[in-house]
Amino acid sequence: FSKLQNWDSGGIYKQTREYNFSYFDELMHKRKSRIHYSSAKFLQLFCHLRMGTEGEQLTEQETAIYDRQIRVWGVDAQRRLSKSNVFVSGLRGTSVEFCKNIVLAGVGSLTLNDDRLVTEDLLFANFLTPPAENDFRGKSVAELCCDSLKDFNPMVSVSVEKGALSIFDADFFQKFDVVVVNCCSLLTKKSVNAKCRKLPKRVAFYSVECRDSCGEIFVDLQNYSYCKKKNEETIECKLHYPSFEEAIAVPWRSLPKRMSKLYYAMRVIERFEELEGRNPGETSVDDLPNVQKLRKELCEAHSLNESQIPDSLLRRLIASISEFPPVCAIVGGILGQEVIKAISGKGDPLKNFFFFDAMDGKGIIEDISNGKS
Amino acid sequence: MASEEHLSAIKGAKVLMVGAGGIGCELLKTLALSGFEDIHIIDMDTIEVSNLNRQFLFRQKHVGQSKAKVARDAVLRFRPHIKITPYHANVKDPEFNVDFFKQFNVVLNGLDNLDARRHVNRLCLASGVPLVESGTTGFLGQVTVHVKGKTECYECQSKPAPKTYPVCTITSTPTKFVHCIVWAKDLLFAKLFGNKNQENDLNVRSTDASSSSEHSEDVFERRAAEDVEQYGRRIYDHVFGYNIEVALRNEETWKNRNKPRPVYSKDVLPPKPVGQNGNKDKASNTGDPSSVSAMSSLGLKNPQDLWSLRENSEVFLEALRLFFSKREKEIGQLGFDKDDQLAVEFVTSAANIRAASFGIPLHSLFEAKGIAGNIVHAVATTNAIIAGLIVLEAIKVLQNDVKSYRMTYCLEHPSRKMLLMPVEPFEPNKSCYVCSETPLTLEINTHRSKLRDFVDKIVKEKLGMSLPLIMHGVALLYEVGDDLEEDEVANYAANLDKVLSELPSPVTGGTILTVEDLQQELKCSINIKHREEFDEEKEPDGMVLSGWTPALAAEKTKTLDNGPSSSNASQTVPLESEDNDEIEIILKDPEILAAGKKRKSSDVSVAVDPEIFSVTGAMLTKKKVEEDDSNNDIVMVDGKLDLNKKKRVQ
Repeated sequence: FSKLQNWDSGGIYKQTREYNFSYFDELMHKRKSRIHYSSAKFLQLFCHLRMGTEGEQLTEQETAIYDRQIRVWGVDAQRRLSKSNVFVSGLRGTSVEFCKNIVLAGVGSLTLNDDRLVTEDLLFANFLTPPAENDFRGKSVAELCCDSLKDFNPMVSVSVEKGALSIFDADFFQKFDVVVVNCCSLLTKKSVNAKCRKLPKRVAFYSVECRDSCGEIFVDLQNYSYCKKKNEETIECKLHYPSFEEAIAVPWRSLPKRMSKLYYAMRVIERFEELEGRNPGETSVDDLPNVQKLRKELCEAHSLNESQIPDSLLRRLIASISEFPPVCAIVGGILGQEVIKAISGKGDPLKNFFFFDAMDGKGIIEDISNGKS
Repeated sequence: MASEEHLSAIKGAKVLMVGAGGIGCELLKTLALSGFEDIHIIDMDTIEVSNLNRQFLFRQKHVGQSKAKVARDAVLRFRPHIKITPYHANVKDPEFNVDFFKQFNVVLNGLDNLDARRHVNRLCLASGVPLVESGTTGFLGQVTVHVKGKTECYECQSKPAPKTYPVCTITSTPTKFVHCIVWAKDLLFAKLFGNKNQENDLNVRSTDASSSSEHSEDVFERRAAEDVEQYGRRIYDHVFGYNIEVALRNEETWKNRNKPRPVYSKDVLPPKPVGQNGNKDKASNTGDPSSVSAMSSLGLKNPQDLWSLRENSEVFLEALRLFFSKREKEIGQLGFDKDDQLAVEFVTSAANIRAASFGIPLHSLFEAKGIAGNIVHAVATTNAIIAGLIVLEAIKVLQNDVKSYRMTYCLEHPSRKMLLMPVEPFEPNKSCYVCSETPLTLEINTHRSKLRDFVDKIVKEKLGMSLPLIMHGVALLYEVGDDLEEDEVANYAANLDKVLSELPSPVTGGTILTVEDLQQELKCSINIKHREEFDEEKEPDGMVLSGWTPALAAEKTKTLDNGPSSSNASQTVPLESEDNDEIEIILKDPEILAAGKKRKSSDVSVAVDPEIFSVTGAMLTKKKVEEDDSNNDIVMVDGKLDLNKKKRVQ
């Protein structure tokens, strides 16, 4: 039975679709008699597989609409995408860009979580269409996004999940293949990531944050293996990802000399907000002296030269009150691409941090994990 | 950074976007969100279903409408107070002249073809308006900045020529599926359904001319009262059977090649024509002729499926039958169109039958359609990223922050840890005929080539001029325009059919011609050099244009031989540095950067459709060349293309 479970979690639907229903019935029957598996769980699994077989072929509509991207990643990848379930919490410029990208790409479902009420300002920050007559009274950001995104691609099921991110338990995340958090406190980031890792199936975890003209993406795919072609040969690659907590615990002095400065700066600010009990992004230039103090402490503790975290960079990151739309588009685009790679199993996924700074224009991947990968 | 200085530059700016497609939709959205308030947008296209996966401003209900207009309306819904001016028009239309361009602070391109890119480049040069150029294919993309006198123009670097194949590879010795597609599309389809007066190489190469040439004159014509099924089988047997047998008689050809196998319809299909006519007609009788499909009348559903030789043969005959029974009026004037289902079915099946005959793997209709239609691979994410990068460059341009201009490559596999790789822009190429008025040289047989050949193959095709004017000294040889007198028109028409040396003002070796495009305000001189003979395969145009050398050609060759080194440099590229961002490590060209110090350049996969993704640097060229080498293909290179490539080919 474990094999079936693997299929389920690994998303290898390609195999399942090759069998017809009667085969499954028979298989289920045999296995059932051998392993005493709760019938409810059994039914659930069966339904899942059944769904898998039903979606055996893309519909004519899917083939027509997704034609150009199927030419990039193939039919199998498209099929896997259309069966994946994605959860996004925190709907800011970057994550809304991301949502748009994966809705267009044709994921199976997208669940949105952001209970803030829509205001004129929030509306102004993104490209989602306001309801008629601008009547958004009482609507949450997630609800507004939900309406607009549905319109982008009617083949994707978009829904809203209310509640604070920090109170969702591990079981809740079980429903998803991908969890993305945007603009989320250090504590919640760690705990959501930890909950995802507890589950028997792999739930990919991404965190994304843009401040001013800078952006950071963190990726945790746990243990991830994929195939890639090199010189005509197909080789299997295995990657082991650390959790967010493990990654940021890696001593700074053991990191490569040329590590992106943005990495350190983001850790300082994240820590600052945690110590001060602020929400992410609730900073201003007035905080600079205290942030500098914290930088000094952290650098001393990690034996890192303070020049690795320049004042100018810190100032930019804490002073900005709004996101910068071109950077949201860029970082939201990279994140979309990565999630598509992870779901479809096509392409080298990035491990495990990505940084973009519009000042130098570089989009850099850093591998921050203890030991070898 | 995202603040005041930006906003002030952005607020007053008037920008022109060319293209409202994949990049355009993303770009218009990001511009509006970033605070741009006066945006003009030109696009001649209407919305198609296959746009909807990435052109997110469009919905199913918009299919058939103007992209520029629908995009405008969609953006105004979330930014009602800005000004967006749409033009459902071709950017090459005369209304978009230099004066039109002059009103803008910056031009942003999101185009899908080389021709329009070159045109916009020239208008930007002529009007002195900076241009931010872009392109994407799949996960790859690039953004470049072109400011007259400060950075290279779009045409300073050679663009890889669209791939062409030697005629005999197509007509007699295909080795790859694409050869079969070209044969099916450009020869067979054109012969059967296209303009009968067009030259066509379908039958000319049969060496044993005496027996077949007279025959072949009418072999493709449907005989009076000939049943369409019989006609289809006769065509089938002729092109897949008889012609292959003829080709096999030439033993020399097959000494080092696998011999093809003639295929006759009776060997593949049952003797009686397939299916019952009555049924088929009923099935396809409904709806407009454009929905006629051989696949649906044969019950083939999935375009991803690989058809057997028999299925391909059935599709071939059925598609041909449908053309003659349902779309007879169009025959004689059809051109291949990737959105014409029946045409794609016909070409797929014909290419597959030919492939089977030559032992080449068959392909699905989906794949064949991609190859035949040069369909560009496109995803939303790359376009979003590229649009973001365009806006960043546009803001720098508006702030006149020349030092910060970058060309940025969006890569599929990281190079030096980078997925987004910025490179300092190149300086203008001093020998660029577009931005530096460098004279060109044309080798041509002045006693044989007509003025028409010169206009079509050089002035239009190579120089990309749309409204040319050709002068020899003060004598006007040719001119296009609406305001010409009747006698002038007649005069120029007569000139077109004269050979160069017999023009009223004879063009011979040593003549200097001036060619000018009044709309693009581009003028260049061409030194004529008489040459008697040209190699038919390598120089099929019968003329060679040169004199325009890529600035980096020499350096590049050195690099290839010695491997990358970071000494003697010609370009500066910012790289990661220890402590300070100001240190610049100097490199020769982006190829090295792309390749990394020791890595092979193949680590960076930038092999893409040249039309869409014309990387300015050498990255692409090299990759292309490597591919070509490995495939033993001969690429016909434009006369003007870079030496490096030329040397490596053959």
